[in-house]
Amino acid sequence: MIRRGLALAAAALLALAPLLAPPYQVTLLLPAFAYGIALLGLNLLFGTAGLLSFGHALFVALGAYTAAGLTTRYGVLSFEAIVAAAAGLAAVVAVPVGLLCVRYVKIYFGMLTLAFGMLFYSFLYKFYALTGGDEGLRVLRPLLLGRPFAELDKVGFLTGPFYYYALALLALATLAMRRIVRSPFGLSLRAIRENADKAAFVGVSVRRYRFYAFVIAAVFGAVGGTLLAVPTGLADPLLAYWTHSGNLVFMLLLGGFEHFLGPLVGALAFIFLQDLVMSLTAYWRFVFGALLAIVVVFFPRGLLGLVAPERPA
Amino acid sequence: MTLLEAVEVRKFYGTFCALDGVTLTIGRGQFVSIVGPNGAGKTTLVNVLTGLLAPTSGAVRFKGRDVAGLDPVRLARLGLARSFQLVHVFPGLTVAETLAVAVLARRRRGARLFASLAAERATWDEAAGVAELFGLADQLGRPARTLPQGDKKLLDVASAFALHPEVILLDEPTSGVSTADKHAVMAVLVEAARRLGIASIIQVEHDMDIVFGYSDRIVALHQGRVLADATPAELQANDEVMATIVGRAARRA
Repeated sequence: MIRRGLALAAAALLALAPLLAPPYQVTLLLPAFAYGIALLGLNLLFGTAGLLSFGHALFVALGAYTAAGLTTRYGVLSFEAIVAAAAGLAAVVAVPVGLLCVRYVKIYFGMLTLAFGMLFYSFLYKFYALTGGDEGLRVLRPLLLGRPFAELDKVGFLTGPFYYYALALLALATLAMRRIVRSPFGLSLRAIRENADKAAFVGVSVRRYRFYAFVIAAVFGAVGGTLLAVPTGLADPLLAYWTHSGNLVFMLLLGGFEHFLGPLVGALAFIFLQDLVMSLTAYWRFVFGALLAIVVVFFPRGLLGLVAPERPA
Repeated sequence: MTLLEAVEVRKFYGTFCALDGVTLTIGRGQFVSIVGPNGAGKTTLVNVLTGLLAPTSGAVRFKGRDVAGLDPVRLARLGLARSFQLVHVFPGLTVAETLAVAVLARRRRGARLFASLAAERATWDEAAGVAELFGLADQLGRPARTLPQGDKKLLDVASAFALHPEVILLDEPTSGVSTADKHAVMAVLVEAARRLGIASIIQVEHDMDIVFGYSDRIVALHQGRVLADATPAELQANDEVMATIVGRAARRA
């Protein structure tokens, strides 16, 4: 009950943020929302199904490039169409990649997803005509529910309509994922995570369920990617680079992968910490490396683990 | 009527022959115990019968269908389930959840993405029913990892029973259970099988009290071959076989 109250209070605070916080802080929330959605997917794989992907950035980049390609190349500005296209494209890509990856578990699964992520990075980097190579592709301001909001400048657009659009998308994604985690499918995935051999012997199609989880995770990753690309106005190959996948895993550990809301807390904490540390020192990667070590050693259950130490049912 | 049969099954691990031409038929309504000294091939036989190991040669048929090397999910759907010698549970799932996983799989509802698990009334009722049969009714909300060892074992077996198989193979169902509790566990298993409509039980067991107390038939393995396949009474009359499978204890008896 207390936890639900806290979650609702946090949601209300986020809804009021554009009125209360300076624009800069509000624009920082946008990537946090984007990562929150992507991480909900990553955590279905890791927290629920027990598979750690080091290639989730592939799908985030795919979403960002979908937004870029559609707005600059094809003149599609409707953000709803962009999100739908990114989700569809991610599912199409995730089918062959997932079919291969879920044949493996643990480090082999991780390495294979990493390899696919790097393949996609190379593709983005080398296929200049299609992807803009190292320069990337611009992302134009999209239409939200068919409206251009031309009267607003960039900051006004991002901290106004786009902020609420992103927040609504995050809320939808959170509710959808909550439904999935609390479905018969979610329970079957947890059984697989706990003991895959046993799950198979009580009739759970282990590989098939892992594959479904992989595809769903990819879709969430790509939807997050579309949101990520709009504030920066750019899709570039580094989005698919393995360090980006590493950051996603870091966010998940930071928030606490055992908790449903861990991904959202992790994304928020990461973005604001990064901003803070970067403003203090140029060696922010060094600080983050140390922080990651501290989290893993002393707080393996992440920030939410400090509030609720036991893995919830 | 034959439910499960092995025909001339051979299994080699490299050059070591673990099963050397085992032929066996198990009919409806039988409680069969597989006995034999360590290394006789009992667990290999159970693993071959349940598809975990493909035989090097020979056939395994369940209800007339070749099931050699078939994956456990399909075997479960056909009506063949098993439990393991070492306890297999889902440590982080509760007793109710563990049984619900099996019930959902059997009812082919495990892949339902957007359905509410909490609203799966029939599933939870059935899970609770199975828990009751195994004396776990008051532990429904308890994570499996916190159960005492004996209850873990019962839960492991119960989740196989929750599949409502026609044939169940139990690899040492009373291992790790104290001698005093073994008969109670067996009584629970037999009663649960009757209530759930399980036609046949095959068990690997070391405890001869249990074997002779509950079996309709005993299959004695020795060095990968069937040494004897007989009723308990017939077997007890055969001093030579008794000496091989139970060693000195039989001669004393």
